[in-house]
Amino acid sequence: MSKTDVTRRGVLKTGAVAGAGVALPTIFTASSAAAYTNEPTGGTVTLGFNVPQTGPYAEEGLDELRAQELAVEHLNGMGDGGCLNTFSSKALKGNGILGKKVQFVTGDTQTKSDAARASAKSMIEKDGAIMINGGSSSGVAIAVQGLCQDAGVIFMAGLTHSNDTTGKDKKANGFRHFFNGYMSGAALAPVLKNAYGSDRRAYHLTADYTWGWTQQESIAAATEAVGWETVNNVLTPLAATDFSSYIAPVLNSGADVLVLNHYGGNMVNSLTNAIQFGLRDKMVNGKQFEIVVPLYSELMAAGAGSNVQGVIGSMNWNWQLQDEGSKAFVKSFGEKYGRPPSNSAQTCYAQTLLYADACERAGTFNPCGVAEALEGFEFDGLGNGPTLYRADDHQCFKDVLVMKGKDNPTNEYDTLEIVEVTPRAQVEYAPDHPMFAGGDLGKCNPGA
Amino acid sequence: MDAFLLQILNGLDKGSAYALIALGLTLIFGTLGVVNFAHGALFMIGAFCAVTLSKLLNLSFIVEDPTQKDFLGNPLKVKTPYIESWFGPEVGSVIIDWSVPLAILFAIPIMVAIGFIMERGLIKHFYKRPHADQILVTFGLAIVLQEIVKYFYGANPIPTPAPEALSGVANIGAVIGLDIVYPVWRIVYFCFAALIIGSVFAFLQFTTFGMVVRAGMADRETVGLLGINIDRRFTIMFGIAAAVAGLAGVMYTPINSPNYHMGMDFLVLSFVVVVVGGMGSLPGAVLAGFLLGILESFASMNEVKNWLPGIDQIIIYIVAIIILLTRPRGLMGRKGVMED
Repeated sequence: MSKTDVTRRGVLKTGAVAGAGVALPTIFTASSAAAYTNEPTGGTVTLGFNVPQTGPYAEEGLDELRAQELAVEHLNGMGDGGCLNTFSSKALKGNGILGKKVQFVTGDTQTKSDAARASAKSMIEKDGAIMINGGSSSGVAIAVQGLCQDAGVIFMAGLTHSNDTTGKDKKANGFRHFFNGYMSGAALAPVLKNAYGSDRRAYHLTADYTWGWTQQESIAAATEAVGWETVNNVLTPLAATDFSSYIAPVLNSGADVLVLNHYGGNMVNSLTNAIQFGLRDKMVNGKQFEIVVPLYSELMAAGAGSNVQGVIGSMNWNWQLQDEGSKAFVKSFGEKYGRPPSNSAQTCYAQTLLYADACERAGTFNPCGVAEALEGFEFDGLGNGPTLYRADDHQCFKDVLVMKGKDNPTNEYDTLEIVEVTPRAQVEYAPDHPMFAGGDLGKCNPGA
Repeated sequence: MDAFLLQILNGLDKGSAYALIALGLTLIFGTLGVVNFAHGALFMIGAFCAVTLSKLLNLSFIVEDPTQKDFLGNPLKVKTPYIESWFGPEVGSVIIDWSVPLAILFAIPIMVAIGFIMERGLIKHFYKRPHADQILVTFGLAIVLQEIVKYFYGANPIPTPAPEALSGVANIGAVIGLDIVYPVWRIVYFCFAALIIGSVFAFLQFTTFGMVVRAGMADRETVGLLGINIDRRFTIMFGIAAAVAGLAGVMYTPINSPNYHMGMDFLVLSFVVVVVGGMGSLPGAVLAGFLLGILESFASMNEVKNWLPGIDQIIIYIVAIIILLTRPRGLMGRKGVMED
């Protein structure tokens, strides 16, 4: 019979050491999980939707908010599921994100950088938002993206079209699903050449801020590459309402195309003024004078009324697309709100799902884990066909739409028609393209 | 030469809107001594009178057309305006087409009523308060009014085109052998502004009512001592000033699609016009409106912008600073007014 030396004190000591040993990795894991901003602790996770609720883009902001609410519904398993049924990634199950019910708070950007930063800051610091999504301006997007980088949360940009957002101002915590000025130029130039010929003289009117500058540079470069000449580029104040004094010089400039690098109210007014001056009825250099609006939105096309008829432009997405993802989203949105969604609504919806999906695939809300899951992510089923979230600059690459103002609209939403779906390969560019030079993603910041 | 004349026309056209708004502002300041920051909102409400009439004329009954589909694949709901079914498609569409000129008749009583309500309901309580209080309360009122309009009409611009017959361009340079084309509706706007300005001046100059108002503007106390109820006349002038701003807004809708914020876009410029013209001076407001409109147009010319980049954004304010430094009472202001 052997004697065992087991004592009560020994068992306790051994148990304590073994327990500590088993617990040690968990403690470290827990400690590392706590080391990011607004880690969700209860049964919910809070997203921050920062959209213009007042100011000139309030209508667009409202449409973004509709789409974001719809995305939250679908994430939480309500409604018909929308694009959860068509999304190529099957990580989302309709049970929230990582098992936590999704809730949201909203902020008003007012389409002003300082106001947008203040509302995003408030949602992060007071409401515990773990991700910020939305916006209708590149100035705002760049400002909020910088704030999110510093705060350690993910920024899923809304409508922002300036090359700078994923160019010189790109950030590791920021991601853009929307297309950009370069892509507009790459998609538009061949269509413009086919429609109007290669011997054209273009006069640009450009909104005097980051988006206007980069779009003008992109469109001029793309059209010059197909043989067009850029006659002049005139910067117009963002606050301008009557563009007649900028359009009058176009009449005697020798140009036969007017490119309006304007968005929103500026676009509505400058296009209306250009039509008033009879530009589209004018013959110059033996050719019919034409107007181009490189960046269209459905809401602004509605604001311009019949003035958009026959005018070519580009869009990120349109409700008339017939892929399964677009159809699912339009059906969900249309049945809930009684109207087709705008392309700014679609980008916010897609971004919210993409963020949620990245959390599920990463298995964490940690921004660095989420960013890693988004980088280089190839997906389909959210509209525009197969899409890549490029790791180098956090820019999405997908098909781009070339649109034209419809001649005989049947209702208030039927203002634009799709002229061409430009394949993704045609709008791709190298990460070190000169138009996007000067920036550095930096390192992902998980925050506190 | 063509470009030069074109910018003069542009300036006169822009100046028309400035002059009309500044005229109303000056009427209110000259009679009631109130600095009315809600005047831009009156311009905006006038524009939305045109939008409202257009919407009323476009009230439609809906018929489902199974041969066409909406975006969800349901039968398309085709709208037919009642007015077209009542008067026939041709007459009905002409009435709808002329909704902006018709809105002049619609807007006048509405704007006068809004002017009376504003003056009696709010602004009269601030007559004896400092100008800072008046500015605060009227600016607050302007924000309230634009939010009300936004609530009902949304933030998006609403296209309100000119009648087909008054759209397009006219070659007004043909008479002098030049090729100067200019939008017909802008010519109409300029003529309309000249008519309104002339009517207001004639009313003040050639009617007994106008004479009393002018006397009240010069010496309110003495006119009151003569047993004349000058307050009532000034209230009527507030209504007239509101109507002038409103009509400027109605006729502006085909130039730029109206939105709830358009009043604010004009407000600051109009105040600069009033200051440059001379606070309380009606001819000064009109003169400064046209002068600054022309100046702004010339500053937008490429030749000028190439020489002085950004000058188009600040020219009006530079002029205002120079006037305030060298002639504080403005171009045609009375000596002593705003100089102490």
